[in-house]
Amino acid sequence: MTSQSYIRSEMLGPTSPPISESGAFFWLKQNLFATPKDTVLTLIGLLALGWFLPPMINWLFIDAAWTGGGRGVCATVAQGGSQPEGWSGACWAFVGAKLDQFAFGRYPVDERWRPMLVAVLFVLLLAPMLIPKVPYKGINAILLFLVLPVVSFFLLVGGVFGLEHVETALWGGLMVTLILSFVGIVVSLPLGILLALGRRSKMPVIRILCTAFIEIVRGIPLITVLFMASVMLPLFMPPGMTVDKFLRALIGVSLFASAYMAEVVRGGLQAIPKGQSEGADSLGLSYWQKMRLIVLPQALKLVIPGIVNTFIGMFKDTSLVSIISMFDLLGIVRLNFSDANWASPVTPLTGLVFAGFIFWLFCFGMSRYSGFMERVLDRGHKQ
Amino acid sequence: MTVDAMNPSGKSRSTGSLLNDPNVRGIAYQILTMVLLVLFIYWVSANTIENLKRANIASGYGFLNGRAGFDLGQSLVPYTSDSTYGRALYVGFLNTLLVAVTGIITATIIGFIVGIGRLSNNWLIAKLSLVYVEVFRNIPPLLVIFFWYSGVLAVLPQPRESLALPFDMYVNNRGLAFPKPVFDAGSQFIFYALVIGIVAAFLVSRYANRRQMATGERLPVLWVNLALIFGLPLLAYLATGMPISFDIPVAGKFNLTGGSVVGPEFLSLFLALSFYTASFIAEIVRAGIRGVSKGQTEAAGALGIRPGLTTRLVIVPQAMRIIIPPLTSQYLNLTKNSSLAIAIGYADLVAVGGTILNQTGQSVEVVSIWLIVYLSLSLITSVFMNWFNARMALVER
Repeated sequence: MTSQSYIRSEMLGPTSPPISESGAFFWLKQNLFATPKDTVLTLIGLLALGWFLPPMINWLFIDAAWTGGGRGVCATVAQGGSQPEGWSGACWAFVGAKLDQFAFGRYPVDERWRPMLVAVLFVLLLAPMLIPKVPYKGINAILLFLVLPVVSFFLLVGGVFGLEHVETALWGGLMVTLILSFVGIVVSLPLGILLALGRRSKMPVIRILCTAFIEIVRGIPLITVLFMASVMLPLFMPPGMTVDKFLRALIGVSLFASAYMAEVVRGGLQAIPKGQSEGADSLGLSYWQKMRLIVLPQALKLVIPGIVNTFIGMFKDTSLVSIISMFDLLGIVRLNFSDANWASPVTPLTGLVFAGFIFWLFCFGMSRYSGFMERVLDRGHKQ
Repeated sequence: MTVDAMNPSGKSRSTGSLLNDPNVRGIAYQILTMVLLVLFIYWVSANTIENLKRANIASGYGFLNGRAGFDLGQSLVPYTSDSTYGRALYVGFLNTLLVAVTGIITATIIGFIVGIGRLSNNWLIAKLSLVYVEVFRNIPPLLVIFFWYSGVLAVLPQPRESLALPFDMYVNNRGLAFPKPVFDAGSQFIFYALVIGIVAAFLVSRYANRRQMATGERLPVLWVNLALIFGLPLLAYLATGMPISFDIPVAGKFNLTGGSVVGPEFLSLFLALSFYTASFIAEIVRAGIRGVSKGQTEAAGALGIRPGLTTRLVIVPQAMRIIIPPLTSQYLNLTKNSSLAIAIGYADLVAVGGTILNQTGQSVEVVSIWLIVYLSLSLITSVFMNWFNARMALVER
């Protein structure tokens, strides 16, 4: 036996994969240039980006007028401004000057601390509600959905505790958009659940009424519902009795959303096996106990994405109240197009891009949060 | 039996069981609901009648024969301000259908492209599609309409500085001008040829399907059908001596002359509805294709079916079953969203109705017309959906 001349005493480290199978080059080959068809698609995509992106960035940021006190900075010389001929860019100075209005509408300047206070309270109550780990969800929910609306009502409307009364006609901007959608959410979820339960009820009269309501409301556009609320509601009231215009829009939006919510909830109810309901019956639970403790918690959990989608839809739909001459965010932005101090060819586009970005931020946030909640609540029922 | 034994006294038993009998309680609840509803309707209608009397408005649909007295920006049928209110509503209804149908076609095309793009292996295409969907899905459609209307189309140049587009089209702040086809004598034969081509294509597909079922041989249906549908009219066009000519818009000194023009109202509504709805359709298409399990593709591969045929014969038919129900509801949504026309003054059913409502005060009647039209549209859609679902259910195991 000859002794071995060399024995390796430590393990070799893993060698890095060949260059053709890793790194940026491999990624490019795999994801962008895998086949000739892929290469063509990539080139088309790059061309589209090159055609679209630089002018957009230019318009939005580089050529944009960021500061200034009037339309001069946003208009070319021929249009009576100071920009060179052929200039086009976003007029962020306009948005900056009008930011207060976009947020609060024509709410009196001295009283604006009131909506701000409401906003702070809202965020303080909403944030712990949204984070799953924070305890005391029950108290938090009561504060957010029952106490906050009442407190906000008195704070915003005023007329009590020495607060000056502020007409709802003066409300506007993002404030109105948020109030409409928050109240819509708070009203439509319970109402939608009731309607869904009614539609599955064994009592024919209740079932037919709920079905008719849901199908009629879902069959017509929101704008006709708003028209009904704003034109026909006064007709239905006893002569001399008026309903506040803001309240009319609230009623319209909430009823509309509850019909959609009812269909979403019904989908969840149908997905719960019959055995759950029979099990509850055999335990001797009453109808409402059965629904509250057994069926609804499971059903609602299943349809969280649908519920959030309805919320998002409602948030977007609140922009329609600008058609019945209320000034939500979109309405107040459009109102400012005609401000002689700022009117220029780029003002409308700038205002709309800004409003669109705000709407997008809220809707995108909601949809992201719903995806997060789906993962948190997923108890492994998924197939 | 046990209950009887525990409740010997007859009277208390009967009231007790009556109160606790779910059927009796159910009937009582329903009667209560009916009574409340009837009272509510009575109260509302009494108030309405009283209010209408005070405002001196005669109820009924007689006003539809009155003279409208307003002009409409766009109408597919002859209409002047001397026409009746009924005629105006008819024009509005046709305009609603026009924007809905054109919007549905465009939205479907964009939606399918973007939806398939989201599933692409190509990273860039997938991300671009994702950005498109996330941007348009999260913005109110009304804002998109205004974006096109006051943001883009309103700042286009004056008619005399119109921007020229390919195919002799021009775009300016009064809309899009395009060549108008002029049908001379003999052009009806082209139309007949088209109809014959479509019918023949339908028959060929049926024959090919039956043949495939019987023999397994697949005929080149697609090419034959394309030839039938496009080739026959083309032949007829050439045979009748090219009777179709185009009235091309010409840039004059101050304005464009000739051609057809679609106004910025229609354009912005059409573009906004198409782009907005396309983002939802894209998600539906993606979900539909993802919903077909991978095993199907693998099984088709194991049977030796080529990738292209796998897509056409295995994946698409199954994906369509998932796609079509939500797709129809998106079509219905687009039709309902076309009522946003009122915001920019496109004369659709709701905008015309709103004008009439302001002029005559006949709010109950106008709103009822809206309800009837939109509800019938959604009823037709749901009838179609039920028919479709029933048909598809037969295919299922």
